[in-house]
Amino acid sequence: MTQLALVIDLNVCVGCHACVTSCKQWNTSGSAGPLVDDQPYGADPTGTFFNRVQTFEVGEFPNTQTVHFPKSCLHCEDPPCVPVCPTGASYKRKEDGIVLVDYDKCIGCKYCSWACPYGAREIDEERKVMTKCTLCVDRVTDTALPVAERKPACVLACPANARLFGDVHDPESVVSKAIRERAGYALMPEWNTRPANHYLPRRRTEITVHAEDLVRVDNPLKIDGSRPEPPQQGAGREDFAT
Amino acid sequence: MNPAFSVVFLTTLIGAGQGLFLALFLAELLGFGSGDAGEHALLAASGAVALVFTALGLLASVFHLGRPERAWRAAAMWRTSWLSREVIALPAFMGLVFAWSVAHWFGSPATIWIGWLALLACLALFVCTGMVYASIRFLQEWASAFTLVNFTLLGLASGFVLATALAAYAAPEWAGSYGLLAFVFTVAGGISRGLSLQRNARLKPKSTLQSAIGIRHPKIAQRSMGFMGGSFNTREFFHGRPAAFLRQLKWLFLVAAFVLPLLLLALGLVNGVPALLALAFVVQYLGLLAERWFFLAQANHPQNLYYQVVS
Repeated sequence: MTQLALVIDLNVCVGCHACVTSCKQWNTSGSAGPLVDDQPYGADPTGTFFNRVQTFEVGEFPNTQTVHFPKSCLHCEDPPCVPVCPTGASYKRKEDGIVLVDYDKCIGCKYCSWACPYGAREIDEERKVMTKCTLCVDRVTDTALPVAERKPACVLACPANARLFGDVHDPESVVSKAIRERAGYALMPEWNTRPANHYLPRRRTEITVHAEDLVRVDNPLKIDGSRPEPPQQGAGREDFAT
Repeated sequence: MNPAFSVVFLTTLIGAGQGLFLALFLAELLGFGSGDAGEHALLAASGAVALVFTALGLLASVFHLGRPERAWRAAAMWRTSWLSREVIALPAFMGLVFAWSVAHWFGSPATIWIGWLALLACLALFVCTGMVYASIRFLQEWASAFTLVNFTLLGLASGFVLATALAAYAAPEWAGSYGLLAFVFTVAGGISRGLSLQRNARLKPKSTLQSAIGIRHPKIAQRSMGFMGGSFNTREFFHGRPAAFLRQLKWLFLVAAFVLPLLLLALGLVNGVPALLALAFVVQYLGLLAERWFFLAQANHPQNLYYQVVS
């Protein structure tokens, strides 16, 4: 069984929104029709997006961390949005585990959006059907594309390589290794939806400064610390030391 | 949640229609309608009233759909979806009430059997309507047996108040018994709704900002939801009104749906004024509209954790 998914590295994401715009661009020009933008240049613009980057501040000033948090459909292994659909328009693909909406069957009752705790679904106010992240199913399964490009648009766009894509059921895949080795976790585990997408936590980065980096151990002329350094005149510090 | 008026009208209108049918069928089981043709005609006409209420409810539900022309597809997933089951149960109940009314109109002896089937469809519809809300486990305000009990008791209450008013005009000898049952169901509905309000006031949200983004730190604040214009997520899941509005609405519906109808029922029955009973139904129905709006609005969707601050 294949379960395609994204693994998003919160340690690397810089919050540039490139995944948001590339997602919108790809999915608005795709075979499924445009994603609506209502009054894009008006006073109260709104529109449908499959992917958002949100920003959270963790901690209390001055000890704070800014966490940029990309959020899209998590393609749950036990998706609560699918069984509630009265028409069967919402479904989870058997072959790769992608949760999709059949826009030709959807009646726009919004019940599936109520049944998603993550708010991953957005209705298309123009077509009046529910839409959601497709994991770029039209890219990842397109054999006409070079293998390196058979990835979701957001993954290809990320300049920091914060988004990994692959099969989380294959223990040797990039995403499985990342989840295993870097403590990948799922969102809202309390509802047992078993999201396929995982997030990699922030890591503490510290600079280790050794004493010999500041004072040379190998110091035959005993120059360091013996007298004040003269002002820079012409030659650099290296010349003075030797 | 942001209550949709289509849903408010659907659930209250079909509740009243279901309650009215149960009142009529109860009378038939107790012997009313077995005699002259006038009683048959009265049951047929009252059945038509119940049908009108459910039909108006069905009409209201159509306005909830983005693509109503595809509504027929909604019967497909009855194996998994309570909404699909409701979509089947409602027309089934309407069809059986229609058949029951027509059978009464022509004085057919089959009414009792059609009535039993309609009774089953009616109970199934109460369960399905309640479960549409109670089955969403992370809407904790809805995910409780109270949702089913309240929908059923409040439907019975408004249906029996309507039956009392109709009986006061057309068959006064039944007004007293219907009035007594209306009294019982309204009081029971009030108690059960009060208990559910108490339960919801004590709820502790299972999802927190910590579990939503998976960072275990006691102090997390959203600084940006990622966009400045609104979106479906900011419109659909929050009613956008201050907490004081909800508090006031709660007292309003408690008075309008339970206290006033009980007073009007008592006054109307004791003094024998049918207009007061009709007024009791109208006041209670308006109160139930407020109650259903409040019920929908009170649910806190965990997705709101992600949409708190514009920037």
